[in-house]
Amino acid sequence: MFESAISLGSGGLGLLASAESGGGSWNSGGLYVLAFYLFAALAVVPGIFLLMVRDVVRAAFLLLGSLSGVAGLYALLGAEFIAFAQVLVYIGGILILLLFGVMLTNREPILLHGAPTHQLVLPGVIVGAVSLVGLLYVATSYSWQAAPIDSARIGYSAKNLGFLLMTDYVLPFEIASVLLLVALIGAAMIARRKGLTQEPE
Amino acid sequence: MEIGLTHFLVISVVLFTFGTAMIVTRRNAVMVLMGLELLLNAAGINFVAFSRFTPAVSGHTNPLNHLSGDITALFVIVLAAAEAAVALAIVLNIYNTFNTIDVDEVDALRE
Repeated sequence: MFESAISLGSGGLGLLASAESGGGSWNSGGLYVLAFYLFAALAVVPGIFLLMVRDVVRAAFLLLGSLSGVAGLYALLGAEFIAFAQVLVYIGGILILLLFGVMLTNREPILLHGAPTHQLVLPGVIVGAVSLVGLLYVATSYSWQAAPIDSARIGYSAKNLGFLLMTDYVLPFEIASVLLLVALIGAAMIARRKGLTQEPE
Repeated sequence: MEIGLTHFLVISVVLFTFGTAMIVTRRNAVMVLMGLELLLNAAGINFVAFSRFTPAVSGHTNPLNHLSGDITALFVIVLAAAEAAVALAIVLNIYNTFNTIDVDEVDALRE
């Protein structure tokens, strides 16, 4: 049921895109370019403000915007299942966890906790700028062997991801599930309140 | 104008540097964790972009192996959830012990 809805949605978007460009490839329609720049702005602009805010709660909501932009970019790349997983896990799980962490760890006024260290602002900016310039140069000047898979979109569905997870990637899958179990038990044990459990004499 | 691989790589690079800058310059431990999440998102975008723009290589035993970037991004999301849980548990423990989560002031290995 969901697969038909997803295919309808992406098919509709594809129809709109090709209608704009007159039958070009999937990534040259006007609507696709507009959607890309919208989601790119949604992902990157909160990142710029994240470096400047002092309030932790505002930073959490800026992170929400950035994660939503990244989810939109996943959907534009054709990986709809990963876009949904991103929204469910990152925004619905990790961000809520971060907000709980913010809530449980401020007894003092919030404004004091967000201020960046004055000794480290300049080195941080220098490191960021140098790495940004270097990585941008590598990303744009190297001729990637990039050939977009044609509109047949071979294999981009949740069904094929599930098939791969059960055949070729079953070992990382099992290890990841054990790791999640261990991580959650460990987190619950680390964060427990001291003094409630008495050691036997 | 065609949106190619380079566009997504530029987004990934920009998010990566923002995450790194947040980790380096922030004092609050929760802010450092937010920078870490930005970092992992950048890596995920990178994986999925390369998975989308790489042609399917013939000769693989499994014809679906061009999806391996997608699978990796999925595991990145799973691992980010696990490490966010453990990291926040550690932050809570630090708060209970030192009464502050300023990463500059938490510099003693004993209680």
